[in-house]
Amino acid sequence: MSDDTVSKVIPPNVIAQHGLSGEEYERILEIMGRAPNLLELGIFSVMWSEHCSYKSSKVWLKTLPTAAPWVIHGPGENAGVIDIGEGLAAIFKMESHNHPSFIEPYQGAATGVGGILRDVFTMGARPVANLNALRFGDPEHPKTRHLVAGVVEGIGGYGNCIGVPTVGGEVNFDPGYNGNILVNAMTVGIAPQDRIFTSQASGIGNPVVYTGSKTGRDGIHGATMASAEFGEGAEEKRPTVQVGDPFTEKLLVEACLELMATDAIVAIQDMGAAGLTSSSFEMASQGGLGVDLDLDRVPCREDGMTPYEMMLSESQERMLMVLKPEREELARRIFEKWDLDFAVIGHLTDSGRMVLKMHGEIVGDLPIDPLAQAAPEYRRPYVNTPQAPSLAPSEVPAPADTGAALLRLLACPDLCSRRWIWEQYDHMVMADTAARPGGDAAVVRIHGTNRGLAITTDCTPRYCQAAPHDGGMQAVAEAWRNLTATGARPLAVTDNLNFGNPERPKVMGQFVGCVQGIGEACRALDFPVVSGNVSLYNETNGKAIPPTPTIGAVGLIEDLARTATVAFQAEGEDIVLIGAGEGHLGASLYLREIEGRREGAPPRVDLAAERRNGDFVRGLIENGQVTACHDLSDGGLAVALAEMALAGSLGAVLSLPDDGGLPPLHAWLFGEDQARYLVTVPAAGPVLKAARGAGVPAAKVGTTGGETLTLPGGAPISLDELRAAHEDWLPAYMGDTAEN
Amino acid sequence: MKAAVIVFPGSNCDRDVQVALAEAMARHAPGTAPVMVWHKDADFEKVDLIVLPGGFSYGDYLRCGAMAAQSPVMKEVVGRAEKGVPVLGICNGFQILTEAGLLPGALIRNASLKFVCRDVNLRVETGQSLFTSRYEQGQTIRVPVAHHDGNYIAGGEDVARLEDRGQIAFRYCDPEGALTGPSNPNGSAANIAGVFNETKTVLGLMPHPERLADPALGGTDGRPMFDGLVEALS
Repeated sequence: MSDDTVSKVIPPNVIAQHGLSGEEYERILEIMGRAPNLLELGIFSVMWSEHCSYKSSKVWLKTLPTAAPWVIHGPGENAGVIDIGEGLAAIFKMESHNHPSFIEPYQGAATGVGGILRDVFTMGARPVANLNALRFGDPEHPKTRHLVAGVVEGIGGYGNCIGVPTVGGEVNFDPGYNGNILVNAMTVGIAPQDRIFTSQASGIGNPVVYTGSKTGRDGIHGATMASAEFGEGAEEKRPTVQVGDPFTEKLLVEACLELMATDAIVAIQDMGAAGLTSSSFEMASQGGLGVDLDLDRVPCREDGMTPYEMMLSESQERMLMVLKPEREELARRIFEKWDLDFAVIGHLTDSGRMVLKMHGEIVGDLPIDPLAQAAPEYRRPYVNTPQAPSLAPSEVPAPADTGAALLRLLACPDLCSRRWIWEQYDHMVMADTAARPGGDAAVVRIHGTNRGLAITTDCTPRYCQAAPHDGGMQAVAEAWRNLTATGARPLAVTDNLNFGNPERPKVMGQFVGCVQGIGEACRALDFPVVSGNVSLYNETNGKAIPPTPTIGAVGLIEDLARTATVAFQAEGEDIVLIGAGEGHLGASLYLREIEGRREGAPPRVDLAAERRNGDFVRGLIENGQVTACHDLSDGGLAVALAEMALAGSLGAVLSLPDDGGLPPLHAWLFGEDQARYLVTVPAAGPVLKAARGAGVPAAKVGTTGGETLTLPGGAPISLDELRAAHEDWLPAYMGDTAEN
Repeated sequence: MKAAVIVFPGSNCDRDVQVALAEAMARHAPGTAPVMVWHKDADFEKVDLIVLPGGFSYGDYLRCGAMAAQSPVMKEVVGRAEKGVPVLGICNGFQILTEAGLLPGALIRNASLKFVCRDVNLRVETGQSLFTSRYEQGQTIRVPVAHHDGNYIAGGEDVARLEDRGQIAFRYCDPEGALTGPSNPNGSAANIAGVFNETKTVLGLMPHPERLADPALGGTDGRPMFDGLVEALS
C-alpha cells in the first residue's frame, strides 16, 4: 500500500489544502465511520467542491423553471435536451472555464471547448455548433491583450481541429475582470430522439469501460482550484490546468457516435471535472448501484501513477461507459478502429459502494449515495444589492455632435466589430452555417433539412451590477429577442452563472437577484432552463467580478427561406421601429463611453411587452413581410441602424417619427430601452396598421438608400467612415493591420 | 460515375464534400453517389475520381498532411493518380497532395501566423481542365478559406515554370480580379490558391468550393467545380 491509501489521522492543513471546512470533515468522518485515507479525502474534496456539488447555489437553482412540453431532459443530465420536431432533439449546455483560462489562456480555453463538446456528444448528439461568451479586463491592463490572444487561439485551435463550427458568442471588456476573465463555452448538438444516452448505470456485473486518451498527471485538483479565489501567484497553479488534444476528441466523437448507433451502451459519462471519480460516482449513483474499479487496468500515460493521481486527474478526452457484456467485443473493435484505448476497468455491483483496488489490495472504499447526493448544501446569507437611482434623460448632457458620438460608440471595445476574433474560428465547417457571425443570432441548418436552429449567448454585466434582478431578466429577454430577430421560435435556455465568492453576503445577494430575475423572465417567456453551470469564486484579492449570468439560448426556425438578417437589403425601403422607448440612458454604453459615467438603474424589462412585440416581429418575418431585422440593445437605435447599414453596405436616412412626446434627441438615439426591434419593409403602411391592431408600438423612423447614414439634424456620415470606426479598433489593439 | 472520398483520422470536411459531390452526381449522373473510404482500406474499389477532403488529418501533428501522406491508402492513391485517375485535394487534402509528391511546392504557416476563415475571391486561371471546365478563364468566384497553413511556396523559378505550364488553377484576387496583397489571405507566392500537376489530372486548392455550393449557405460559386467533374467523368 502506498502512503496515500493508508488510513491515518489527516492533519488539519491537509484538510484545508483540499478545500474542505472543518465541519465538512466532521461530516466525512460520520459518513465513513472512520478517518479517510488521503485518496478518499481527495475524492470527497473534488466531489464536494463548489464546482462539482453546487453546494452554495443549489437551493436557488431549484427555483428556476425547467419544464415545458418540448423539454425532454432538463437539468441533472450532462446537457439539456429539447424536442425540435421530426424525431430530432437539440442537446446543449454552456460551461465556464474561467479559472484555467486566466492561468493558461490557450489550454484553458481549448479544454473548455473540449469539455462542453463531450457533455453534448456523451448524450448521443453530433455537435453542430460552438459559441463562446468572453469577458476580459480593461484593454489597458497589461495582461488583457495576452489573454485575448491566447483564449481566441485556444478556442479556435480546438474547435477548428475537431471540425465543429464556432458560430457566435459575445465579448466584453471591463476592469472588473482584470483579475478573473470569463470563458463560457456553449455547444449545441443534434440527436435522434430515440437514441439519447444518459449516465444512469444498470445491470449488476456489467463491465465498466474506459476509453479515449490515457490518464496523465494533468489537471489534478482542477475542480478544487476552480472553487477558490485567486490570491497572489495565481500563475503558480498552472499544473492544475489540463492540456487538450482535439484530434483525439475528434476520434472519440466519431467512435462514440458509431457505437451509439448500436445497442451496446447501457450508460455513458464523460470524464470532465474530477475525472474518473466524478464519472464513476455519477453513473453508479444515478443507477443506485455500486462499482468496483481495478486501477491497475486504467490506461496511464506515465508509470508509477498513484491511485490518488488516477482518481483525481482531469486528463482530457476520456469516457466511461457501462456496456452490455455481450457487446464488449463489438465496442472494442470500434474503438480499436479509431486507435483509441479501450479497457474494462471494473464492473457494477449491488454494494452501493465504490471499491477501488490496486495490486490486489483495496485502496479506497466509499459509500456512493452519501458522497454523491448528500453533499453539503448551504443557504448562504445574502444582502440585496441597493436599488440604483434612476437617471432621467435630462440628467445626461447631449453630445456636441451626435455623429461623432455614434462613431465613438461603434469603435468602443464593447461594440466594435468582432471580425478579428471570428475570422480565427472556422465558422463554416459542416456546411450548414446559414447565418454567419455578426448578426443577432447564429443560424445553423439542421442537416439534410430546410429547418434551422438559431443560437445566441447574452448578458449585460453592467446592468447586472447596477440591479441584479433586472439584469438577470434582461439577459434572458435579450437572448429571447436575438432569437426572435432571426425569425426563430425561442425554445430553451442554458445558464452559466459567473460570480465572486458566495461566502460574502454582497456577492451572494447578486447571485440570488440574478437567479430570481432569470426565473421570472424564463417563466414569462415560456423559456425553460434545461442545463447550466455555476462558476463562483471569480475574485482576486477580495475583488469580485461583476455579476455575469450568461444566457445561452436555442430557437427553432421552421423554414430557412423565412428568416431575417440584420443587413439592409434594398434601396428605398422604410425603416420601422417596433417597441416603445423613453430614452433610457441609465447604465447605458452612451453614458459610460461618452460621459465617462457608470451610474443609474438599467432599463426596465417589461416581459409582457417583450412577448407582445417579439411575437409580432416573428409573425412579420414568418409572413415574409420584413426584409431585415435587428434587435436594439447596447448603444440603442443609432448603433443598431449603423450595424444594419454596414452589414448591407447600404446607407439610410433616420428621421424623427411625428408622434410627438419624444425624449431628447441623444436619448432617443442612444437610449437602451428594451423590447425593441428595427425592421425594414418595402412600405411601412401595412406593418404600422398591423402593429396598431396588435397593440404594439411602431413608427416609421427612416428610409434606406445611398452610401451614407444621416441622423436627424446631422451631416451625412459615409459608410466607409462608419466601417473604419467599427472594424479597426480590435485589430489595431491586437497589433494587426486592418488587412491580414 | 464512381467517386471516392478518402477519410483520414481527423478529416472533418469529408461529409461536406460528400454532400456537394452527391448533389452534383444527382444532377448529372442520377443513381450514383460518392463512397466514403476509410484510410486503412488500401484496396478500395476502382473509381473515376478520388477526393481528399479538408480537416486536420492526424491532428496536423508533425506537419500538416505529412502523416496522412504516409498512410496505407495514400500509396494506392499515388499509384492511381500516376495512371491518370483524377484526384481533387481541398485544404488539408491539398497539403497531403504536396506531402505525397503528387503536386509541387509546399504549404506553410499563414503569413499572419493566424488561422483565417473568410470568403475570398479567386481568379480562375484556366477553364481548360476537368476541374474548371465550367468556369471561364479570368472569371472571379467567391468561396471561403479556413486554414492555418495555406501559404503556398515554391522556388522563384518553380513559380515561373508553373505559370509557363499552365499549372496554376486559381489565384486570390480582389472582387474585380486584380491580384492584390490584401486579397491574399495567407501570403502565398504569386497569390496562388490552387495548382495542378503537369497533366492537370490532380488539383489541390486551399479554398473550399464545397462550402459555397448551396444557395441556403449564401452562394453557389463552388458548385461548377463539382458539376464539371461529374459531367466530364460520367
